Amino acid sequence: MDKKLIYCDNAATTKVSKKVLDAMLPYFTEEYGNASSIYMLGQSAAKALLKARETVAKAIGAKTHEIFFTSGGSEADNWAIKGMALNGSKSGKKHIITSVFEHHAVLHTCEFLEKQGYEITYLPVDEKGLVNPDDVKNAIRDDTCLVTIMFANNEIGTIQPIKEIGEICKEKKVPFHTDAVQAVGNVEIDVKALNIDMLSLSGHKIHAPKGVGALYVRGGISLPNLIHGGAQEKNKRAGTENLASIVGLAQAITDAVQNIKEKQEKVSKRRDRLIDGILKIQETRLNGDREKRLCGNVNISIRGVEGESLLLMLDMYGILASSGSACTSGSLDPSHVLLSIGLPHETAHGSLRLSISEETTDEDIDYILETIPKVVDRLRSMSPLWERICKNEGITGTI
Amino acid sequence: MIYSEKVMDHFTNPRNVGEIADADGVGEVGNAKCGDIMKMYIKVDNGVISDVKFKTFGCGAAIATSSMATELIKGKTIDEALKLTNRAVVEALEGLPPAKLHCSVLAEQAMKSAIADYYKKQGVDPTPIIGDIGECEDCHGCH
Repeated sequence: MDKKLIYCDNAATTKVSKKVLDAMLPYFTEEYGNASSIYMLGQSAAKALLKARETVAKAIGAKTHEIFFTSGGSEADNWAIKGMALNGSKSGKKHIITSVFEHHAVLHTCEFLEKQGYEITYLPVDEKGLVNPDDVKNAIRDDTCLVTIMFANNEIGTIQPIKEIGEICKEKKVPFHTDAVQAVGNVEIDVKALNIDMLSLSGHKIHAPKGVGALYVRGGISLPNLIHGGAQEKNKRAGTENLASIVGLAQAITDAVQNIKEKQEKVSKRRDRLIDGILKIQETRLNGDREKRLCGNVNISIRGVEGESLLLMLDMYGILASSGSACTSGSLDPSHVLLSIGLPHETAHGSLRLSISEETTDEDIDYILETIPKVVDRLRSMSPLWERICKNEGITGTI
Repeated sequence: MIYSEKVMDHFTNPRNVGEIADADGVGEVGNAKCGDIMKMYIKVDNGVISDVKFKTFGCGAAIATSSMATELIKGKTIDEALKLTNRAVVEALEGLPPAKLHCSVLAEQAMKSAIADYYKKQGVDPTPIIGDIGECEDCHGCH
Protein backbone atom coordinates (compact mmCIF):
# COMPACT_ATOMS: atom_id res chain seq x y z
CA MET A 1 0.00 0.00 0.00
CA ASP A 2 1.16 3.47 -0.89
CA LYS A 3 2.40 5.44 2.09
CA LYS A 4 0.97 8.72 0.90
CA LEU A 5 -0.85 11.02 3.28
CA ILE A 6 -3.05 13.61 1.67
CA TYR A 7 -4.88 15.65 4.24
CA CYS A 8 -8.20 16.83 2.81
CA ASP A 9 -10.03 17.68 6.00
CA ASN A 10 -8.97 21.27 6.58
CA ALA A 11 -12.54 22.24 7.41
CA ALA A 12 -12.24 19.92 10.42
CA THR A 13 -8.87 21.21 11.55
CA THR A 14 -5.54 22.28 10.10
CA LYS A 15 -1.90 21.65 10.75
CA VAL A 16 -0.15 24.33 12.80
CA SER A 17 2.13 26.16 10.38
CA LYS A 18 5.85 26.45 11.01
CA LYS A 19 5.54 30.23 11.12
CA VAL A 20 2.80 30.03 13.75
CA LEU A 21 4.71 27.53 15.84
CA ASP A 22 7.86 29.68 15.73
CA ALA A 23 5.88 32.72 16.79
CA MET A 24 4.41 30.80 19.72
CA LEU A 25 7.44 28.99 21.11
CA PRO A 26 9.03 31.87 23.06
CA TYR A 27 5.81 32.28 25.02
CA PHE A 28 6.20 28.93 26.72
CA THR A 29 9.65 29.17 28.27
CA GLU A 30 10.92 32.72 27.79
CA GLU A 31 8.01 35.14 27.64
CA TYR A 32 5.96 33.15 30.10
CA GLY A 33 4.84 36.10 32.25
CA ASN A 34 1.29 36.77 33.28
CA ALA A 35 -0.04 39.76 31.34
CA SER A 36 -1.59 41.07 34.56
CA SER A 37 1.76 41.28 36.42
CA ILE A 38 3.50 44.59 36.92
CA TYR A 39 7.16 43.60 36.40
CA MET A 40 8.83 43.63 33.00
CA LEU A 41 8.13 39.99 32.17
CA GLY A 42 4.43 40.59 32.79
CA GLN A 43 4.42 43.84 30.89
CA SER A 44 6.00 42.30 27.83
CA ALA A 45 3.28 39.64 27.92
CA ALA A 46 0.69 42.44 28.10
CA LYS A 47 2.33 44.09 25.10
CA ALA A 48 2.25 40.85 23.10
CA LEU A 49 -1.40 40.42 24.02
CA LEU A 50 -2.24 43.93 22.85
CA LYS A 51 -0.32 43.42 19.63
CA ALA A 52 -2.17 40.17 18.96
CA ARG A 53 -5.49 41.90 19.59
CA GLU A 54 -4.56 44.68 17.16
CA THR A 55 -3.54 42.14 14.55
CA VAL A 56 -6.73 40.09 14.79
CA ALA A 57 -8.85 43.27 14.75
CA LYS A 58 -7.07 44.59 11.67
CA ALA A 59 -7.52 41.31 9.80
CA ILE A 60 -11.31 41.66 9.90
CA GLY A 61 -11.61 45.44 9.80
CA ALA A 62 -12.46 45.80 13.50
CA LYS A 63 -11.08 48.03 16.23
CA THR A 64 -8.69 46.61 18.79
CA HIS A 65 -11.06 46.97 21.74
CA GLU A 66 -13.75 45.05 19.84
CA ILE A 67 -11.84 41.76 19.97
CA PHE A 68 -12.33 39.28 22.84
CA PHE A 69 -10.20 36.16 22.89
CA THR A 70 -11.95 32.87 23.59
CA SER A 71 -11.15 29.17 23.60
CA GLY A 72 -12.47 28.83 20.06
CA GLY A 73 -15.44 29.17 17.76
CA SER A 74 -17.95 27.27 19.87
CA GLU A 75 -17.29 29.43 22.90
CA ALA A 76 -17.57 32.59 20.80
CA ASP A 77 -20.91 31.40 19.36
CA ASN A 78 -22.26 30.48 22.79
CA TRP A 79 -21.16 33.79 24.26
CA ALA A 80 -22.67 35.90 21.49
CA ILE A 81 -26.00 34.07 21.38
CA LYS A 82 -26.60 33.60 25.10
CA GLY A 83 -25.30 37.12 25.74
CA MET A 84 -27.75 38.71 23.33
CA ALA A 85 -30.52 36.48 24.64
CA LEU A 86 -29.84 37.69 28.17
CA ASN A 87 -29.78 41.33 27.02
CA GLY A 88 -32.99 40.84 25.08
CA SER A 89 -34.88 39.29 27.98
CA LYS A 90 -34.38 42.47 30.01
CA SER A 91 -36.66 44.29 27.60
CA GLY A 92 -38.96 41.37 26.85
CA LYS A 93 -37.24 40.53 23.57
CA LYS A 94 -37.01 36.77 23.42
CA HIS A 95 -36.98 35.94 19.72
CA ILE A 96 -33.90 34.79 17.81
CA ILE A 97 -33.52 34.18 14.07
CA THR A 98 -31.06 31.62 12.74
CA SER A 99 -30.93 29.09 9.92
CA VAL A 100 -31.55 25.36 9.84
CA PHE A 101 -28.04 24.49 8.69
CA GLU A 102 -25.89 26.30 11.25
CA HIS A 103 -23.03 24.61 13.03
CA HIS A 104 -24.15 22.74 16.14
CA ALA A 105 -22.44 25.36 18.32
CA VAL A 106 -25.18 27.74 17.14
CA LEU A 107 -28.05 25.28 16.68
CA HIS A 108 -27.71 23.54 20.02
CA THR A 109 -27.32 26.89 21.80
CA CYS A 110 -30.56 28.06 20.19
CA GLU A 111 -32.28 24.81 21.14
CA PHE A 112 -31.10 25.30 24.72
CA LEU A 113 -32.59 28.81 24.74
CA GLU A 114 -35.81 27.46 23.29
CA LYS A 115 -36.14 25.33 26.40
CA GLN A 116 -35.60 28.46 28.49
CA GLY A 117 -38.64 30.07 26.90
CA TYR A 118 -37.10 31.82 23.90
CA GLU A 119 -38.69 31.57 20.49
CA ILE A 120 -36.36 30.62 17.66
CA THR A 121 -37.05 31.00 13.96
CA TYR A 122 -35.00 28.52 11.92
CA LEU A 123 -34.86 29.91 8.40
CA PRO A 124 -34.75 27.40 5.57
CA VAL A 125 -32.02 27.34 2.94
CA ASP A 126 -32.55 26.74 -0.75
CA GLU A 127 -31.38 23.67 -2.67
CA LYS A 128 -28.04 25.35 -3.29
CA GLY A 129 -27.47 25.93 0.40
CA LEU A 130 -28.12 29.66 0.56
CA VAL A 131 -30.17 31.73 2.99
CA ASN A 132 -32.52 34.22 1.37
CA PRO A 133 -32.07 37.72 2.89
CA ASP A 134 -35.76 38.40 2.31
CA ASP A 135 -36.55 35.55 4.67
CA VAL A 136 -34.48 37.29 7.34
CA LYS A 137 -36.31 40.54 6.69
CA ASN A 138 -39.70 38.89 6.94
CA ALA A 139 -38.81 37.01 10.10
CA ILE A 140 -37.68 40.04 12.11
CA ARG A 141 -40.19 41.08 14.75
CA ASP A 142 -40.35 43.77 17.40
CA ASP A 143 -39.15 41.25 19.97
CA THR A 144 -36.21 39.90 17.93
CA CYS A 145 -33.04 40.20 19.98
CA LEU A 146 -30.59 38.56 17.57
CA VAL A 147 -30.07 37.33 14.04
CA THR A 148 -27.32 34.71 13.76
CA ILE A 149 -26.48 33.36 10.30
CA MET A 150 -23.22 31.61 9.48
CA PHE A 151 -20.79 33.24 7.04
CA ALA A 152 -19.90 30.05 5.21
CA ASN A 153 -21.24 26.57 5.77
CA ASN A 154 -18.79 24.07 7.21
CA GLU A 155 -20.04 21.09 5.21
CA ILE A 156 -21.04 22.38 1.80
CA GLY A 157 -18.93 25.54 1.83
CA THR A 158 -21.64 27.91 0.65
CA ILE A 159 -20.97 31.59 1.32
CA GLN A 160 -24.04 33.40 2.57
CA PRO A 161 -25.28 36.86 1.53
CA ILE A 162 -23.83 38.36 4.72
CA LYS A 163 -23.72 41.97 3.54
CA GLU A 164 -27.41 41.96 2.59
CA ILE A 165 -28.41 40.31 5.85
CA GLY A 166 -26.23 42.78 7.75
CA GLU A 167 -27.92 45.71 6.01
CA ILE A 168 -31.37 44.42 6.88
CA CYS A 169 -30.41 43.95 10.52
CA LYS A 170 -28.85 47.40 10.67
CA GLU A 171 -31.98 48.97 9.24
CA LYS A 172 -34.19 47.03 11.65
CA LYS A 173 -31.79 47.72 14.54
CA VAL A 174 -31.39 44.05 15.43
CA PRO A 175 -27.90 42.79 16.42
CA PHE A 176 -26.38 40.53 13.76
CA HIS A 177 -23.96 37.76 14.67
CA THR A 178 -22.17 35.49 12.22
CA ASP A 179 -20.21 32.31 12.80
CA ALA A 180 -17.30 32.96 10.45
CA VAL A 181 -15.16 30.03 11.57
CA GLN A 182 -14.93 28.62 8.04
CA ALA A 183 -14.82 31.96 6.28
CA VAL A 184 -11.96 33.76 8.01
CA GLY A 185 -8.84 33.45 5.89
CA ASN A 186 -10.81 32.13 2.92
CA VAL A 187 -13.09 35.10 2.26
CA GLU A 188 -12.26 38.80 2.57
CA ILE A 189 -14.00 40.13 5.65
CA ASP A 190 -14.50 43.72 6.72
CA VAL A 191 -16.99 43.68 9.58
CA LYS A 192 -17.83 47.36 9.14
CA ALA A 193 -18.46 47.17 5.39
CA LEU A 194 -20.51 43.99 5.88
CA ASN A 195 -22.59 45.43 8.75
CA ILE A 196 -21.60 42.64 11.12
CA ASP A 197 -22.17 43.32 14.83
CA MET A 198 -20.61 40.13 16.16
CA LEU A 199 -18.38 37.54 14.55
CA SER A 200 -16.95 34.24 15.81
CA LEU A 201 -13.61 32.95 14.57
CA SER A 202 -11.39 30.02 15.39
CA GLY A 203 -7.64 29.52 15.26
CA HIS A 204 -7.33 25.85 14.38
CA LYS A 205 -9.10 26.24 11.05
CA ILE A 206 -6.38 28.61 9.84
CA HIS A 207 -3.19 26.84 10.98
CA ALA A 208 -3.16 28.10 14.57
CA PRO A 209 -3.49 25.57 17.40
CA LYS A 210 -6.75 24.20 18.78
CA GLY A 211 -8.22 25.92 21.81
CA VAL A 212 -8.04 29.54 20.73
CA GLY A 213 -10.47 31.81 18.95
CA ALA A 214 -12.07 35.19 19.21
CA LEU A 215 -15.37 37.01 19.29
CA TYR A 216 -15.64 40.41 17.65
CA VAL A 217 -18.24 42.61 19.31
CA ARG A 218 -18.96 45.97 17.72
CA GLY A 219 -18.34 48.89 20.08
CA GLY A 220 -21.60 50.03 21.61
CA ILE A 221 -22.98 46.54 22.08
CA SER A 222 -22.92 45.57 25.72
CA LEU A 223 -22.08 41.92 26.01
CA PRO A 224 -22.73 40.22 29.37
CA ASN A 225 -19.77 38.63 31.14
CA LEU A 226 -18.99 35.05 30.26
CA ILE A 227 -16.61 34.01 33.04
CA HIS A 228 -16.60 35.88 36.34
CA GLY A 229 -13.28 36.33 38.07
CA GLY A 230 -10.25 38.41 37.17
CA ALA A 231 -10.18 41.47 34.96
CA GLN A 232 -9.07 39.77 31.77
CA GLU A 233 -10.86 40.57 28.49
CA LYS A 234 -12.30 43.74 29.96
CA ASN A 235 -13.71 41.88 32.97
CA LYS A 236 -15.86 39.82 30.66
CA ARG A 237 -13.95 36.60 30.40
CA ALA A 238 -11.82 35.92 33.45
CA GLY A 239 -8.85 33.60 33.44
CA THR A 240 -5.18 34.13 32.63
CA GLU A 241 -4.88 34.58 28.90
CA ASN A 242 -3.69 31.68 26.75
CA LEU A 243 -0.99 33.96 25.41
CA ALA A 244 1.06 31.51 23.36
CA SER A 245 -2.03 30.41 21.47
CA ILE A 246 -3.29 33.97 21.12
CA VAL A 247 0.05 34.95 19.58
CA GLY A 248 -0.32 31.90 17.30
CA LEU A 249 -3.80 33.01 16.29
CA ALA A 250 -2.52 36.49 15.44
CA GLN A 251 0.26 35.05 13.29
CA ALA A 252 -2.13 32.64 11.59
CA ILE A 253 -4.73 35.27 10.77
CA THR A 254 -2.02 37.58 9.41
CA ASP A 255 -0.81 34.83 7.09
CA ALA A 256 -4.37 33.83 6.18
CA VAL A 257 -5.54 37.25 5.08
CA GLN A 258 -2.33 38.14 3.28
CA ASN A 259 -2.60 37.55 -0.46
CA ILE A 260 -6.06 36.14 0.06
CA LYS A 261 -7.01 36.75 -3.58
CA GLU A 262 -4.01 34.76 -4.85
CA LYS A 263 -4.84 31.98 -2.45
CA GLN A 264 -8.47 31.89 -3.53
CA GLU A 265 -7.44 31.71 -7.16
CA LYS A 266 -4.87 28.99 -6.61
CA VAL A 267 -6.96 26.80 -4.32
CA SER A 268 -10.24 27.19 -6.19
CA LYS A 269 -8.60 26.02 -9.43
CA ARG A 270 -7.63 22.79 -7.72
CA ARG A 271 -11.02 22.55 -6.07
CA ASP A 272 -12.71 22.88 -9.47
CA ARG A 273 -10.50 20.19 -10.93
CA LEU A 274 -11.49 17.92 -8.07
CA ILE A 275 -15.19 18.68 -8.48
CA ASP A 276 -15.13 18.16 -12.25
CA GLY A 277 -13.08 14.99 -11.88
CA ILE A 278 -15.29 13.38 -9.26
CA LEU A 279 -18.47 14.37 -11.09
CA LYS A 280 -17.29 12.23 -14.01
CA ILE A 281 -18.27 9.23 -11.90
CA GLN A 282 -21.86 8.47 -12.79
CA GLU A 283 -24.66 9.16 -10.32
CA THR A 284 -22.81 11.83 -8.36
CA ARG A 285 -23.89 15.35 -7.51
CA LEU A 286 -22.23 18.44 -6.13
CA ASN A 287 -23.79 19.67 -2.90
CA GLY A 288 -23.95 23.43 -2.47
CA ASP A 289 -23.72 26.33 -4.89
CA ARG A 290 -20.89 26.00 -7.35
CA GLU A 291 -19.91 29.70 -7.40
CA LYS A 292 -20.70 31.05 -3.93
CA ARG A 293 -18.41 28.50 -2.39
CA LEU A 294 -15.31 28.37 -0.18
CA CYS A 295 -12.21 27.99 -2.31
CA GLY A 296 -11.21 24.70 -0.64
CA ASN A 297 -14.57 22.95 -0.29
CA VAL A 298 -15.73 19.96 -2.29
CA ASN A 299 -18.88 18.12 -1.19
CA ILE A 300 -20.21 15.43 -3.44
CA SER A 301 -22.86 12.75 -2.98
CA ILE A 302 -22.08 9.40 -4.54
CA ARG A 303 -25.15 7.21 -4.92
CA GLY A 304 -25.01 3.59 -3.86
CA VAL A 305 -22.13 3.93 -1.42
CA GLU A 306 -22.10 4.78 2.27
CA GLY A 307 -19.91 7.58 3.55
CA GLU A 308 -18.11 5.87 6.40
CA SER A 309 -16.93 2.92 4.36
CA LEU A 310 -15.84 5.38 1.68
CA LEU A 311 -13.75 7.30 4.23
CA LEU A 312 -12.22 4.13 5.69
CA MET A 313 -11.24 2.93 2.27
CA LEU A 314 -9.84 6.31 1.22
CA ASP A 315 -7.85 6.32 4.46
CA MET A 316 -6.18 3.09 3.33
CA TYR A 317 -5.01 4.99 0.28
CA GLY A 318 -3.78 7.85 2.47
CA ILE A 319 -6.58 10.26 1.66
CA LEU A 320 -8.12 11.81 4.75
CA ALA A 321 -11.61 13.18 4.22
CA SER A 322 -14.98 13.55 5.88
CA SER A 323 -18.62 12.67 5.27
CA GLY A 324 -22.10 13.64 6.35
CA SER A 325 -23.34 10.08 6.74
CA ALA A 326 -25.14 9.09 9.93
CA CYS A 327 -22.30 6.78 10.86
CA THR A 328 -19.81 9.62 10.78
CA SER A 329 -22.08 12.27 12.27
CA GLY A 330 -22.37 10.27 15.47
CA SER A 331 -26.14 10.35 15.26
CA LEU A 332 -28.80 8.27 13.59
CA ASP A 333 -29.60 10.72 10.86
CA PRO A 334 -27.25 11.92 8.18
CA SER A 335 -26.01 15.50 8.31
CA HIS A 336 -28.67 18.14 8.99
CA VAL A 337 -26.94 20.33 6.42
CA LEU A 338 -27.39 17.83 3.59
CA LEU A 339 -31.01 17.17 4.61
CA SER A 340 -31.64 20.94 4.71
CA ILE A 341 -30.78 21.31 1.02
CA GLY A 342 -33.31 18.61 0.22
CA LEU A 343 -31.13 15.53 -0.17
CA PRO A 344 -32.90 12.23 0.48
CA HIS A 345 -31.42 10.27 3.39
CA GLU A 346 -29.77 7.65 1.20
CA THR A 347 -28.01 10.28 -0.92
CA ALA A 348 -26.88 12.12 2.20
CA HIS A 349 -25.39 8.89 3.60
CA GLY A 350 -23.12 8.74 0.56
CA SER A 351 -21.59 12.19 0.82
CA LEU A 352 -17.91 12.97 0.68
CA ARG A 353 -16.34 16.23 1.83
CA LEU A 354 -12.83 17.10 0.78
CA SER A 355 -11.53 20.38 2.18
CA ILE A 356 -8.22 21.22 0.60
CA SER A 357 -5.70 23.89 1.53
CA GLU A 358 -2.91 25.85 -0.10
CA GLU A 359 -0.66 22.91 0.63
CA THR A 360 -2.68 20.55 -1.57
CA THR A 361 -0.70 20.09 -4.78
CA ASP A 362 -1.71 19.29 -8.35
CA GLU A 363 -0.13 15.87 -7.87
CA ASP A 364 -2.34 15.33 -4.83
CA ILE A 365 -5.40 16.16 -6.93
CA ASP A 366 -4.25 13.70 -9.62
CA TYR A 367 -3.83 10.98 -7.03
CA ILE A 368 -7.22 11.67 -5.43
CA LEU A 369 -8.90 11.59 -8.83
CA GLU A 370 -7.20 8.29 -9.63
CA THR A 371 -8.16 6.77 -6.29
CA ILE A 372 -11.78 7.79 -5.76
CA PRO A 373 -13.21 5.95 -8.81
CA LYS A 374 -11.37 2.77 -7.74
CA VAL A 375 -12.78 2.97 -4.23
CA VAL A 376 -16.29 3.84 -5.43
CA ASP A 377 -16.17 0.99 -7.92
CA ARG A 378 -15.18 -1.45 -5.21
CA LEU A 379 -17.88 -0.34 -2.78
CA ARG A 380 -20.56 -0.22 -5.47
CA SER A 381 -19.67 -3.70 -6.58
CA MET A 382 -20.68 -4.98 -3.15
CA SER A 383 -23.64 -2.63 -2.65
CA PRO A 384 -27.16 -4.03 -2.94
CA LEU A 385 -28.39 -0.44 -3.06
CA TRP A 386 -26.30 0.27 -6.16
CA GLU A 387 -27.56 -2.97 -7.68
CA ARG A 388 -31.12 -1.79 -7.11
CA ILE A 389 -30.44 1.71 -8.47
CA CYS A 390 -28.93 0.20 -11.63
CA LYS A 391 -31.82 -2.19 -12.08
CA ASN A 392 -34.58 0.34 -11.44
CA GLU A 393 -33.05 3.14 -13.43
CA GLY A 394 -31.47 1.17 -16.22
CA ILE A 395 -27.91 2.19 -15.36
CA THR A 396 -25.19 0.01 -16.81
CA GLY A 397 -21.49 -0.26 -16.05
CA THR A 398 -19.86 -0.25 -12.67
CA ILE A 399 -18.94 3.40 -12.25
CA MET B 1 -14.81 5.40 17.85
CA ILE B 2 -12.19 2.82 17.17
CA TYR B 3 -12.60 -0.43 15.24
CA SER B 4 -10.76 -3.57 16.30
CA GLU B 5 -8.10 -5.01 14.02
CA LYS B 6 -10.44 -7.86 13.24
CA VAL B 7 -13.17 -5.49 12.09
CA MET B 8 -10.70 -3.62 9.89
CA ASP B 9 -9.46 -6.94 8.49
CA HIS B 10 -12.99 -8.00 7.53
CA PHE B 11 -13.74 -4.54 6.16
CA THR B 12 -10.56 -4.43 4.10
CA ASN B 13 -10.75 -8.02 2.90
CA PRO B 14 -14.37 -9.02 3.22
CA ARG B 15 -14.96 -12.77 2.89
CA ASN B 16 -17.67 -14.22 0.66
CA VAL B 17 -18.62 -11.04 -1.19
CA GLY B 18 -20.87 -11.49 -4.17
CA GLU B 19 -24.03 -13.22 -5.30
CA ILE B 20 -25.12 -16.81 -5.88
CA ALA B 21 -27.05 -17.00 -9.14
CA ASP B 22 -28.93 -20.20 -8.25
CA ALA B 23 -29.19 -19.51 -4.52
CA ASP B 24 -31.54 -21.65 -2.46
CA GLY B 25 -32.35 -18.74 -0.20
CA VAL B 26 -31.90 -14.95 -0.40
CA GLY B 27 -32.51 -12.51 2.43
CA GLU B 28 -32.35 -8.74 2.47
CA VAL B 29 -32.65 -6.54 5.55
CA GLY B 30 -32.15 -2.91 6.47
CA ASN B 31 -33.03 0.12 4.40
CA ALA B 32 -31.28 2.89 2.54
CA LYS B 33 -32.76 5.56 4.79
CA CYS B 34 -30.88 4.20 7.81
CA GLY B 35 -27.81 3.75 5.70
CA ASP B 36 -27.48 -0.05 5.92
CA ILE B 37 -28.73 -2.76 3.57
CA MET B 38 -27.52 -6.36 3.77
CA LYS B 39 -28.34 -9.01 1.24
CA MET B 40 -27.34 -12.61 1.87
CA TYR B 41 -27.44 -15.62 -0.48
CA ILE B 42 -27.21 -19.23 0.67
CA LYS B 43 -26.81 -22.54 -1.07
CA VAL B 44 -28.06 -25.54 0.93
CA ASP B 45 -27.05 -29.16 0.41
CA ASN B 46 -28.60 -31.82 2.68
CA GLY B 47 -29.33 -29.29 5.38
CA VAL B 48 -25.82 -27.85 5.25
CA ILE B 49 -25.04 -24.31 4.12
CA SER B 50 -22.53 -25.24 1.46
CA ASP B 51 -22.03 -21.72 0.15
CA VAL B 52 -22.90 -18.21 1.28
CA LYS B 53 -22.34 -14.78 -0.28
CA PHE B 54 -23.30 -11.26 0.71
CA LYS B 55 -23.61 -7.76 -0.57
CA THR B 56 -23.77 -4.83 1.84
CA PHE B 57 -24.39 -1.12 1.56
CA GLY B 58 -23.29 0.41 4.82
CA CYS B 59 -20.54 1.50 7.14
CA GLY B 60 -17.34 -0.34 7.96
CA ALA B 61 -19.03 -2.30 10.75
CA ALA B 62 -21.91 -3.31 8.46
CA ILE B 63 -19.48 -4.76 5.93
CA ALA B 64 -17.36 -6.45 8.60
CA THR B 65 -20.33 -8.02 10.43
CA SER B 66 -21.75 -9.34 7.14
CA SER B 67 -18.40 -10.82 6.27
CA MET B 68 -17.96 -12.42 9.68
CA ALA B 69 -21.51 -13.80 9.75
CA THR B 70 -21.00 -15.52 6.39
CA GLU B 71 -17.74 -16.99 7.61
CA LEU B 72 -19.39 -18.31 10.77
CA ILE B 73 -22.25 -20.08 8.99
CA LYS B 74 -20.45 -21.45 5.95
CA GLY B 75 -20.32 -25.26 6.13
CA LYS B 76 -22.67 -25.33 9.13
CA THR B 77 -26.05 -27.03 9.24
CA ILE B 78 -29.10 -24.79 9.17
CA ASP B 79 -29.82 -25.69 12.78
CA GLU B 80 -26.33 -24.63 13.79
CA ALA B 81 -26.58 -21.42 11.76
CA LEU B 82 -29.86 -20.52 13.42
CA LYS B 83 -28.13 -20.63 16.79
CA LEU B 84 -25.78 -17.87 15.68
CA THR B 85 -26.54 -14.66 17.55
CA ASN B 86 -25.41 -11.14 16.88
CA ARG B 87 -23.37 -11.41 20.09
CA ALA B 88 -21.35 -14.24 18.58
CA VAL B 89 -20.62 -12.09 15.53
CA VAL B 90 -19.52 -9.23 17.78
CA GLU B 91 -17.29 -11.54 19.82
CA ALA B 92 -15.73 -13.03 16.71
CA LEU B 93 -14.93 -9.50 15.58
CA GLU B 94 -13.29 -8.77 18.95
CA GLY B 95 -15.93 -6.21 19.77
CA LEU B 96 -17.78 -3.35 18.12
CA PRO B 97 -18.27 0.26 19.25
CA PRO B 98 -21.66 0.55 21.05
CA ALA B 99 -23.11 2.70 18.27
CA LYS B 100 -22.35 -0.09 15.80
CA LEU B 101 -23.96 -3.00 17.63
CA HIS B 102 -27.06 -2.68 15.44
CA CYS B 103 -24.91 -3.75 12.47
CA SER B 104 -24.42 -7.14 14.11
CA VAL B 105 -28.19 -7.39 14.64
CA LEU B 106 -28.65 -6.74 10.94
CA ALA B 107 -26.14 -9.47 10.07
CA GLU B 108 -28.05 -11.97 12.20
CA GLN B 109 -31.32 -10.87 10.61
CA ALA B 110 -29.89 -11.11 7.09
CA MET B 111 -28.76 -14.66 7.70
CA LYS B 112 -32.11 -15.67 9.25
CA SER B 113 -33.98 -13.99 6.45
CA ALA B 114 -32.01 -16.00 3.85
CA ILE B 115 -32.81 -19.23 5.73
CA ALA B 116 -36.49 -18.22 5.96
CA ASP B 117 -36.50 -17.71 2.21
CA TYR B 118 -34.96 -21.15 1.78
CA TYR B 119 -37.74 -22.73 3.84
CA LYS B 120 -40.40 -20.83 1.91
CA LYS B 121 -38.96 -22.12 -1.34
CA GLN B 122 -39.17 -25.62 0.11
CA GLY B 123 -42.86 -25.03 0.87
CA VAL B 124 -42.21 -24.92 4.61
CA ASP B 125 -43.53 -22.13 6.81
CA PRO B 126 -40.35 -20.69 8.42
CA THR B 127 -42.09 -18.88 11.27
CA PRO B 128 -42.34 -21.81 13.72
CA ILE B 129 -38.67 -22.67 13.05
CA ILE B 130 -37.04 -19.28 12.95
CA GLY B 131 -39.55 -17.13 14.77
CA ASP B 132 -39.92 -13.44 14.19
CA ILE B 133 -36.82 -12.12 12.52
CA GLY B 134 -37.67 -8.53 13.32
CA GLU B 135 -37.46 -5.51 11.12
CA CYS B 136 -34.69 -2.98 10.77
CA GLU B 137 -36.98 -0.53 12.55
CA ASP B 138 -37.07 -2.81 15.60
CA CYS B 139 -33.37 -2.69 16.20
CA HIS B 140 -32.15 -0.47 18.97
CA GLY B 141 -29.57 1.21 16.79
CA CYS B 142 -32.19 3.41 15.18
CA HIS B 143 -34.18 4.39 18.26
